[in-house]
Amino acid sequence: MKKNNQMLVGIISSVISIAVGLLFGFILLLILNPAKAGMGMGTMLTTAFSNMDQFGKMFYQAAPLLMCGLSVGFAFKTGLFNIGASGQYTIGAFFALFGAIGLQLPWWACLLLSCVGGAIWGIFPGLFKALFNVNEVITSIMFNWIGMYLVNLLLANMPFMLSAYYGVGTTDRTAALSDANPSAIIPTGGLNHIFGNSSWINISMFIAVAVAILMWVILDKTIFGYELKACGFNKEASRYAGINANRNIVLSMIIAGALSGLGGGIYYLAGTIQYVLEKSILSMGFDGIPVALLANSHPIGTIFSALFISYIKVGGSAMQPNFSSETINIIISVIIYLAAFALLTKIIIAKFLQKSDKKEVKA
Amino acid sequence: MADDYVIEMLHITKEFPGIKANDDITLQLRRGEIHALLGENGAGKSTLMSVLFGLYQAESGEIKKNGQTVKINDPNDANRLGIGMVHQHFKLVECFTVLDNIILGVEDTKNGFLQYDEARKKVMALSEKYGLKVDPDALVSDISVGMQQRVEILKMLYRDNEILIFDEPTAVLTPQEIDELMQIMRGFKEEGKSILFITHKLSEIMAVADRCTVLRKGCYEGTVDVASTTKEELSKMMVGRDVEFTVTKRSVERGETILSVRDLVVASKAHDNNAVKKVSFNVHGGEIVCIAGIEGNGQTELVYGLTGLEPVKEGSITLCGMDITNAPVRQRNISGMSHIPEDRHKHGLILDYTLEQNLVLQRYFEQQFQDHGFINSGEVRKYANKLIDSFDVRSGQGPVTVARSMSGGNQQKAIIAREIDREPQLLVAVQPTRGLDVGAIEYIHRRLVEERDAGRAVLLVSLELEEVMSLSDRILVMYEGELVGEFDNTVSTDELGLYMAGAKRMEVKA
Ligand SMILES: Nc1ncnc2c1ncn2[C@@H]1O[C@H](COP(=O)(O)OP(=O)(O)OP(=O)(O)O)[C@@H](O)[C@H]1O
Ligand SMILES: [Mg+2]
Repeated sequence: MKKNNQMLVGIISSVISIAVGLLFGFILLLILNPAKAGMGMGTMLTTAFSNMDQFGKMFYQAAPLLMCGLSVGFAFKTGLFNIGASGQYTIGAFFALFGAIGLQLPWWACLLLSCVGGAIWGIFPGLFKALFNVNEVITSIMFNWIGMYLVNLLLANMPFMLSAYYGVGTTDRTAALSDANPSAIIPTGGLNHIFGNSSWINISMFIAVAVAILMWVILDKTIFGYELKACGFNKEASRYAGINANRNIVLSMIIAGALSGLGGGIYYLAGTIQYVLEKSILSMGFDGIPVALLANSHPIGTIFSALFISYIKVGGSAMQPNFSSETINIIISVIIYLAAFALLTKIIIAKFLQKSDKKEVKA
Repeated sequence: MADDYVIEMLHITKEFPGIKANDDITLQLRRGEIHALLGENGAGKSTLMSVLFGLYQAESGEIKKNGQTVKINDPNDANRLGIGMVHQHFKLVECFTVLDNIILGVEDTKNGFLQYDEARKKVMALSEKYGLKVDPDALVSDISVGMQQRVEILKMLYRDNEILIFDEPTAVLTPQEIDELMQIMRGFKEEGKSILFITHKLSEIMAVADRCTVLRKGCYEGTVDVASTTKEELSKMMVGRDVEFTVTKRSVERGETILSVRDLVVASKAHDNNAVKKVSFNVHGGEIVCIAGIEGNGQTELVYGLTGLEPVKEGSITLCGMDITNAPVRQRNISGMSHIPEDRHKHGLILDYTLEQNLVLQRYFEQQFQDHGFINSGEVRKYANKLIDSFDVRSGQGPVTVARSMSGGNQQKAIIAREIDREPQLLVAVQPTRGLDVGAIEYIHRRLVEERDAGRAVLLVSLELEEVMSLSDRILVMYEGELVGEFDNTVSTDELGLYMAGAKRMEVKA
């Protein structure tokens, strides 16, 4: 009974935080552009449900977000802050694309490769932490940059990967999968029919949800999860129990890396987007942090928080012509930021409930 | 008006999930008295005090100060009413200095800057006046438990509190520090401060308290004048039966060598000198060997070295004929070593895990508790229930209680249950009865002796001479990292004291 109650408090607090976030977002819109604020907010909130295409897009974006959220949340449970999801995501994307275009592999093999890539990128911060006690936050931030430039460097030296090679004159992006290797595109599984021929939809959300459930099982039902959480809660006591904390730190980072990497694979193998050589770190990995926070790192909760953030983003991009992308990004950030206050709200609600409980007893 | 009550807690009821921690409890504190609060582990003492200190809100009942009903919603309210508390498990900020900790929350500021000078003066004056020696600039993480407690006391004094709550202050202190604390408490009383004092040690109640209120399983049992009662009566009131204070031991044949330590050297974390210097000894099956000594003479490091929590610098450790000098903790556990650790929150428990999860802390991976990598939750539950029954571990929701919410004594019982039930060849027990009530102590002592009778080896580290004398077959005295004396249990405590203080020493050979 108590557990149910706690769940309820958790859900209520998430909902309240989201509402507060939306309210602040709206106030900000009012300040920035009073004339169109109402319309803008309307666009943001309704776009995802306005037609099947956009509805599909929400799922399409939620899948990689969910993977990054799982990655950050999984590391959290072990007491690690994986701020390197972005780098792992980038390397995962590269591995997937290399498998698809360079090696001409089918989609599922490319996804496996993306896990491997992400995992490799997760090992380093894990090893540095375990062997030299270097804070994983510092190493993973550095590896975000290293990962991004490494991928740029590699792609720049692999002309066969780029779209110019397929006769579409640009050298700043990878080849479209429809030209290079259609079998590497994640299948739609017939979903496109349900979603009104949405160009976005494929089975990636199912993959991501399956992984979320798998993570939940690992953390809650296995002795491996028992060890990982023990290290996260109390490292000294884990040592006392004979748990090899260092081994678990490395393993946890490998898994977290693989999750982010898979996120990168899922996103770029959808066939709708090409990897563009850029000079800024991809934000998807960082978005994993609020996704995890909003769900209190619970793998199942992460599914919903990823969907929510994707929903806001889909709405945000539809505001484009009327609002500058900066404005939209600010609004989205404010909403996400406040939503991540779920934890704080939780404490307040718990107190509130305790007080009303007391009143009932007295009455 | 005959009775001048400074605090009255009337008909207090406080419920937690699964348990009524306080059920209609009334406690009246006279001005200028030392009032002891006695009860079994989990009887609700800490809860009652937390209600008075504003940490918990009672479901019903009222609190009066000087006859006026007051509402205490949080510790700030308590503070305003002059109520201060030293918690069972200290609440200090580890990475702050002593001074910072004392002024935390009541800092004087001028233009937004902290006014340290005034604060320092006041703290030093208080420390001088009451003989509470502290180093104001030391980090809390670096100071001894005794000093941490003095910091907690200074915190109350700094806030000019006059109703002082001490929740098991003596459980973590050395005998010398306990004497000092008793002296300090008497000083407070002379000044007219009123004290609520929780302890499981009846001799302390007899020594300083004026009256004593007894709780049992969340209910009020009665309040007695200490002058007109005895230890036996108090313990009977508390557990509802007569308690044996002496341990009966039959003589058993000393068995084979189980643990053999040779020239062991363990580095110290606090200073460059080694904490354990070339220590050699044996522990045999069927005997309880006790390491006696004043705190801080290398006992902690010796245990860390033996149990694998700290690396060994030199020397060797052999367990049942197997060299485990550099073996990882897991291997030591599997080879038959159990360890009741000194610090139950740091090492002994994962406070955010449930009781049942904690009870399989070193065994979760065993065949019995897993099924192809999955936790066999049915078996874990069954096992946990068995331990909870046989060791009488009390909590709100049984096996699924979160360890953090359990009473201190029951946390300790859970650890002891876990460690003894693993049927170790060697049981390393550090201060095993710390924080236990007399009934539980009686039971745990009996279990330790049973272990010995069953031919197992017990290495006991204890600061309490009474426990040392009544349990051990052999006593080793440790002083400044070395073994300086070896005795059987017929030695007098005075003689032992001389060795512990370093005034006498003898050659100890393994
Ligand atoms: N925060 C809490 N949440 C749930 N249950 C609690 C909480 N605090 C205490 N309890 C339960 O209330 C009961 C009384 O606990 P309390 O800490 O008051 O005991 P105590 O008399 O101080 O015991 P000890 O001598 O072991 O310290 C215990 O059964 C404990 O499990
Ligand atoms: Mg207590």
